[in-house]
Amino acid sequence: MFSRDRWFEIFDSIKKNKLRTFLSGFTVALGILIFVVLFGFGNGLDNTFEKFFKDDALNTMRIIPSRTSKPYMGYKANRRIEFINEDLEDISKRFEFYIDGITPRISESGDIGYKLKSNNYSIRGVAPSHQKNEMTIMMEGRYINGLDVENKERNVVLGRLVAQDLFGDEEPIGKFVSGSGRSWKVIGVYQDDGGDNEERIVYVPYTTLQLIKKNNDDIGQIIITYKPEIGYGGAVAFEDQIKKYLKQKKFIDPKDRRGIYIRSAAKDLKENDQFSTALSSIILFVGIGTLIAGIIGISNIMVFVVKERTKELGIRKAIGATPRSIIGMILQEAIFITTISGYVGLFVGIGILKLVGNTLEEDYYITDPFVDLNTAITATILLIGFGAFAGYLPAKRAAEIKPIEAMRDN
Amino acid sequence: MISIKNLHKSYKMGSNSLHVLKGINFDVNEGELVAIMGSSGSGKSTLLNILGMLDLLDKGSYDLDGVPIKNLDETKAANYRNKFLGFVFQSFNLINYKTALENVTLPLYYQGMNRKERENLAIEYLDQVGLKDWAAHLPSELSGGQKQRVAIARAMVSQPKVLLADEPTGALDSQTSKEVMALIQEINSKGKTILIVTHEEDIAQMCSRIVRLKDGIIMEDKKNKMKKAI
Repeated sequence: MFSRDRWFEIFDSIKKNKLRTFLSGFTVALGILIFVVLFGFGNGLDNTFEKFFKDDALNTMRIIPSRTSKPYMGYKANRRIEFINEDLEDISKRFEFYIDGITPRISESGDIGYKLKSNNYSIRGVAPSHQKNEMTIMMEGRYINGLDVENKERNVVLGRLVAQDLFGDEEPIGKFVSGSGRSWKVIGVYQDDGGDNEERIVYVPYTTLQLIKKNNDDIGQIIITYKPEIGYGGAVAFEDQIKKYLKQKKFIDPKDRRGIYIRSAAKDLKENDQFSTALSSIILFVGIGTLIAGIIGISNIMVFVVKERTKELGIRKAIGATPRSIIGMILQEAIFITTISGYVGLFVGIGILKLVGNTLEEDYYITDPFVDLNTAITATILLIGFGAFAGYLPAKRAAEIKPIEAMRDN
Repeated sequence: MISIKNLHKSYKMGSNSLHVLKGINFDVNEGELVAIMGSSGSGKSTLLNILGMLDLLDKGSYDLDGVPIKNLDETKAANYRNKFLGFVFQSFNLINYKTALENVTLPLYYQGMNRKERENLAIEYLDQVGLKDWAAHLPSELSGGQKQRVAIARAMVSQPKVLLADEPTGALDSQTSKEVMALIQEINSKGKTILIVTHEEDIAQMCSRIVRLKDGIIMEDKKNKMKKAI
């Protein structure tokens, strides 16, 4: 198999039968190329899809208070429900088992100014774990921490676009901005994948916001990040339990559909998962289809190659080639050609994906197309394997034909 | 050198069986130049194919240089062919993408000889057939006579016991035929056993023994006063 002479013989045959070599090589290279490009585009589509849902952590739930619609235990209908600091502590104690992080979100809006510039922005009072469930990425400085909350510090974290509006090229960290008639220290600048609006928000410690607003302990919404390992079923059960608990605590009729809303990603997540699975199946289907087409292509070429060489093989047999050496020669040549051209196709395909990059994102929803190298190499090996297999059958037949018949074949 | 006893061969043609060789008894001594003659359908090519281990016999025995040729599988047949026999065909059967030299080295490649030795030996044999200067040419660049001489060099290079030639002059004009026959006679004069299948009387007359086949049996087997080709 690895004898130098055999290789000489094969290179000779390759060199002197350029059309044949080109045909088999081209088929494999094209097959792999199309596979890589299609598969890459498919993955790009998947990426786009994922990006739509990437903004917030998927294992979160938002508890939103609203007005009741039924009277209960002496309370009238249309009562406004509000959460306070104590609720936060009670929930985190009671559901410790499920909870990864919990934060209030007090939403306000107000003017924030620096020097002569001033704009109206959304302001959110939050606790440190808010960073995790909004998937906020710090560019500079730090996020709100526990100490800020405890000491009711007047610290702010600015969105990237807020910092850009107010500071331009100036370094914002450590500077003071004005808001609600007080000055606030900028401790960080963040970015967010959720789009421009997500980067026009200003975060402050919720305790500070409570103090400045009315000195009350209203906390607006409660956002909980639950432990991912509880799974879909666990998340749904958790949601039911927390709803029941809060209704009891706030004296809301258990049958009242209003009063407390819970928006959970768990249910969305399941639907997303299904869509994502469907998409993956389509990609897989396209990929396998391309591969099968490639395999049929290389099989045909191999049949043609062996047919074309029948006479030559007859001559070789007449002068002393054993069937084994005939089959070995054909297969080694086929595998050599398909391996080289397979990898050429592979790298050209990857090159095309790199070149295309994100240019198709806007119109075709293909983001960052890529092929996992393992998949591509597996596909290439598969094609080489089937090429060899497809070559083996006619080669074996050719090796079994009597040389006298093979030579008669003109 | 060759000993054949009661050789039978038939071919299946659909439901019919065609009995081609009907009991051939035939011995060839070392150094003979034998012409096997017969009209088409006489079984002469079949006989040559069996001698050349390109085809299997149905009944009878075949000894080549004291080795009984039986129970041949393809691998064994290939090794015997490589070791014992050289072939020359009517249609030359050179590999068209290989040069004259590469064609001649091929049997040595299958013997497992190393590259350098192969080429030296092949050049030597090409020189013997007068084509040393044509070593680097492709078959398509050679005339019919030259191609057949390359084929003869290829058949001889593995130093076989027997040279088998199937209508070696069938595709050549009479002048070229004579040249090729002269070469065959020269090789024979050095002691090589050669069998030639032909249907041309004047070619047969250039051999030392003529075997005439008709309908699968030997009609006549006699010594011949060898006529010089040139």
